[in-house]
Amino acid sequence: MARILTSRRAALTPLLLLLPAIATMLFVVALPLVFSLWTSFTPYRLTRPDTLYDVIGLRNYIRLMSDAAFWVAFGRTVLFLAIALNVEFLLGLGIALLINRITWGQRGLRTIMMFPMMFSPILVGFQFKFIFNDNIGILNNALQSLGLTDQAIPWLVDARLAMFSIIFAEVWMSTSVFAILLLAGLFAMPRDPLEAAKVDGCNAWQVFRHIMLPFLMPFAFIAMTIRSLDVARAYDIVAVMTGGGPAGRTELLWTLIARVGYDNARMGQANAMAYVSTLLSVLFTWYFFRKLVAARRYMGGAQ
Amino acid sequence: MTRDLRRQLKAAALWLTAFLLMVVMCVPGLWVVLSAFRPNREILAKPPVWLPEQLTLDNFAKIFGFGADQVAIPVAAYFWNSMVIALTSTVIALAIGTAGGYAFARFRFRFKNAVFLGLMLFRAVPGIALSLPVFILWSRLGLIDAQLGLIIVYVALNVPFTAWLIDGFFRQIPEQLSEAAQVDGCTRWQAFWRIEFPLARSGIAAAGVFAFLTSWNEFALASQLTRSTDSKTLPVGLMDFTAQFTIDWAGMCAMAVIIIVPALILTFLVQKHLISGLTFGGVKG
Repeated sequence: MARILTSRRAALTPLLLLLPAIATMLFVVALPLVFSLWTSFTPYRLTRPDTLYDVIGLRNYIRLMSDAAFWVAFGRTVLFLAIALNVEFLLGLGIALLINRITWGQRGLRTIMMFPMMFSPILVGFQFKFIFNDNIGILNNALQSLGLTDQAIPWLVDARLAMFSIIFAEVWMSTSVFAILLLAGLFAMPRDPLEAAKVDGCNAWQVFRHIMLPFLMPFAFIAMTIRSLDVARAYDIVAVMTGGGPAGRTELLWTLIARVGYDNARMGQANAMAYVSTLLSVLFTWYFFRKLVAARRYMGGAQ
Repeated sequence: MTRDLRRQLKAAALWLTAFLLMVVMCVPGLWVVLSAFRPNREILAKPPVWLPEQLTLDNFAKIFGFGADQVAIPVAAYFWNSMVIALTSTVIALAIGTAGGYAFARFRFRFKNAVFLGLMLFRAVPGIALSLPVFILWSRLGLIDAQLGLIIVYVALNVPFTAWLIDGFFRQIPEQLSEAAQVDGCTRWQAFWRIEFPLARSGIAAAGVFAFLTSWNEFALASQLTRSTDSKTLPVGLMDFTAQFTIDWAGMCAMAVIIIVPALILTFLVQKHLISGLTFGGVKG
């Protein structure tokens, strides 16, 4: 062991070090994925185990292609991600820039900033179900006390308002992740180019646009990559707040998968859907990771 | 002098703005925490009671099974399961992730980028999508409703992220340090433990917090892989407060506080390391 570790170029060492990580991922993710790929070619139902060996080819996928509910949920999921990620990024950037300018008492603010990050997504779901509740929720109570409205607004019942409420909850939960990662970027930023730019007469906007932003971009893409690894956590929020309702108007891919797989016990069909949603997450992650590598290369720090 | 004063006033105004903004941001969470200490009757009151007339610990007494009327929810068992599962999986994920991150940071080998990207993309599989096949496989292996079953899954959830973060951190530590130690007679193993590991502590602490929070808060997988007090975790236990048409808000808010407090304490303890540990190697690829 010791000799392997001392010889620097030993090809075996990195393999040995990475073996536990690779083995874990193969056992917990790759193996189940192979299994679910198989079941997606069968009409497998939990209630009838023998259907696991009944191969029906691409029928599950063909049914998906012509399933309007699935495509609506798919489109809604993409829209949801596009809105949520952009709003989270902009808000996170604003908070990070603000906190970065504060010289005194910054530590306390940073701790408060991280508060929403500690909430479990399922808890965030219940929390906003509580707050947006049309009868006892703090929001309607406040609006009525201020006289802004005299009737209870059905935040979680009206389809559009429900979608808004879900996005609001998601943004609340995840903005601090962006803020903290961008703040880490601001802290790591070298001072010299900023000073030099000011000496050369750049105004605040120019400094931000041409020096800070390019430096921050890798951190923004790190945050985006991390978020796209985790976007499906929104399942917890939606499952609790609306359960995909009213009448499927807030159904996202993930709640649809849970409904088809667990409630209707149609595992084969659900696994076919799960593959599409996996592909979506993988594409998002891969896209942002490529952008991250490109942004780093732009900064002259190629691998 | 006046200029100094003006600058200080400006700094104070800035701090106040930021502080108010942060407080507004936290209001939804704080409202839940406040509600945990209010009786159900006050929470449901119409017209609403804004300032609590009385604060009480009854909700906590109820869910822990003390007092006159109890809610029969085994919170203590859930708490124990959550603690064991989150801590064990975090420690294992840190060990595996540190080894992997070190390999990425310090060695050149074939398919390095492919392996790295592969780890990340496997992590991107949505929990609910993964839960379908894992549920079936785990039930064949007898890992359903067992702490071990969840621990294994959470290790896998946390390894890629941990390896990535720690890889970035090791790359910021000059290689010459460990080389110098080896010239002085340390083995590479000793050089790692005496020189590089202590320097990487911030990164490892940050990775640990994120891993712990992920495991502590996870719901989609836990809700399918657990059944009883043998393995149910706190987030799954929250569901116990929902009946078909009603929700026990007071009890749920109390449970929410029980879930948040450990996360809060942990984050506060390592908060010094948290931001400096999150650079991911910064702009260096």
